[in-house]
This record gives sequence, structure tokens and C-alpha cells, in this order.
Amino acid sequence: MAARRLTAVSVGDAIGPVTVPVTRATLAAYAQASGDENPIHQDEDFARSVGLPDVIAHGMWTLGASGSVVADWAGDAGRVVELGTRFTKPVVVPVGGSEIVVDGVVKAVDAGSGRVTVDVTTTCGGEKVLGRCVAVVRLD
Amino acid sequence: MAVNPDFVGRSYPSTEPYAVDAALIASFAAAVGAHDPVHTDAEAARAAGYVDVVAPPTMAVRFSQGAERAYVNDPEAGIDFTRVVHGEQRFVHHRPITAGDEVTGTTTVDAVRQAGGHAMITTRTEITTASGEALATSMSTIVVRGGED
Repeated sequence: MAARRLTAVSVGDAIGPVTVPVTRATLAAYAQASGDENPIHQDEDFARSVGLPDVIAHGMWTLGASGSVVADWAGDAGRVVELGTRFTKPVVVPVGGSEIVVDGVVKAVDAGSGRVTVDVTTTCGGEKVLGRCVAVVRLD
Repeated sequence: MAVNPDFVGRSYPSTEPYAVDAALIASFAAAVGAHDPVHTDAEAARAAGYVDVVAPPTMAVRFSQGAERAYVNDPEAGIDFTRVVHGEQRFVHHRPITAGDEVTGTTTVDAVRQAGGHAMITTRTEITTASGEALATSMSTIVVRGGED
């Protein structure tokens, strides 16, 4: 995979949509890799005991999976130089699993610095789960 | 228990350096659906100009949250972790974290404010190598939900 060329990118370019599945096994693997072992992301009984409808995905899993879609589009994951969001709604992960849908649009291209700003939209069941999710990739 | 507003400006000592290896990067990449071969294939990573396999951008959270823990668990800080939810997160990467890096984080409390019965805490964590090379800056806001008690 090679990095996308800056000259091939324009404001308004669309990314995705890409559907990313998420299961309880995904969350267990994410918990281990990230070090975030909060039981609300793995234990249904615990999640319900603190007032949640079911197990919910780590917000950072959702941001990470959204970032992966942008990285795939950029063609080189090391070129994602900024990534941030507000966590506005939980992604509920019932025993049968769920999925998120990630898409993006290029909002700005700085030809001098090579910085490309992407607005990212991530939904679950048709509802936005991230607010003001923005990625910046640096291309040549 | 109320979140202590006097902690604004306080910094915590850097975390013990953590040796990032290819196995951690591969497992994090798999968990977040990152399929770029730079995460798993050292040759592909070198061809793209990196010294070794590259961490997905949000893997920095392992080190930012690891460093924030010293503050969150500080009994004087007044944070009830069972009431904490992650509100916002932003990373600025100075260079990608790669296998072979010895990574450490240093957390500073930037803001503590009350809003609608909840406390909003913003921290900044500088993620560097053990020798001080800047890797990433993490800005995190956690919300400590207000209780009935």
C-alpha cells in the first residue's frame, strides 16, 4: 500500500462508507491491547448494574475503528497526524454483535504543509455516536 | 466526594517506560480493524520509511490512560472512577509510535470545571520515548457524573 498523493485529493472527496463489525470478542481483544479493562465493556451483568442497557464498546474502540478507515484511505497509517472526537452516544454491543458505519469527507487541503483535514461521521443503527470527529493526515 | 479543583496545573511523574513490540501493535491493529500492512509487516513499514511496524494512531491511548491513572487514582483528587465516562479525546502525533520504542507518559491537569452537576476534567499527556523524543500529545476530557449522595 502506498500513501495517497496530495495532488489526488480535493475538498469534498468522500471516504467510505465502510461498515465495521463489533462483537464481544472484539471488545475483549481491544481491552487487552489497550489496557482498558473496565467491565462495562465486557460484562453484561455489570453493565446493567450501572444503568447501561447492555455491554457498550469502548469509546476509544469506536474512535480507533473510525481512524482505521481514514488510515486505509490515506494509504499509510503513519500519516494520521491528528485524530479527535467527542463521545456522544455509546455503541451497544448485544451478544449477537453490532456494527458501525464510518464515512468521511475532505474539508480542507493545505497544499503547502500537505495537511488534509477530514470530517468523520460514525453511526450505529443510523445514529451518530461520535461528535465533531476530525482527522488530519499529512500527504506528499 | 467532590472533584478537587486545586489540582489544576499539577503534573504527575512520568510512567515507567513501556517497551512497545510488534505483537502489541499487531493485536491493537486487529482489534480496531486496521489492515494497513505497516502495522504487521516490518518490510512494508520500512518501505514506507519507518524503522519498524507502526502503531495505529489511537494506540497512544494505552500510554495516555496509563499516565492519567496516577491522577485519577490519587485519593486527594476526589475522583470516583465508577462514575467516570470518557467525554473527549484528541491526539496530535509528532511521529508514529513504532516497535522498539520505550514509551512513557507525563500527565498534567489542565482544567477542572463543574457543569450540570457533573465535573469535567481535562488532562494533557505528553507521550515521549524514554530518552525524551516527542511522540504524541493526548488531550482527554473525562466526565465524573454527579451522584445523589
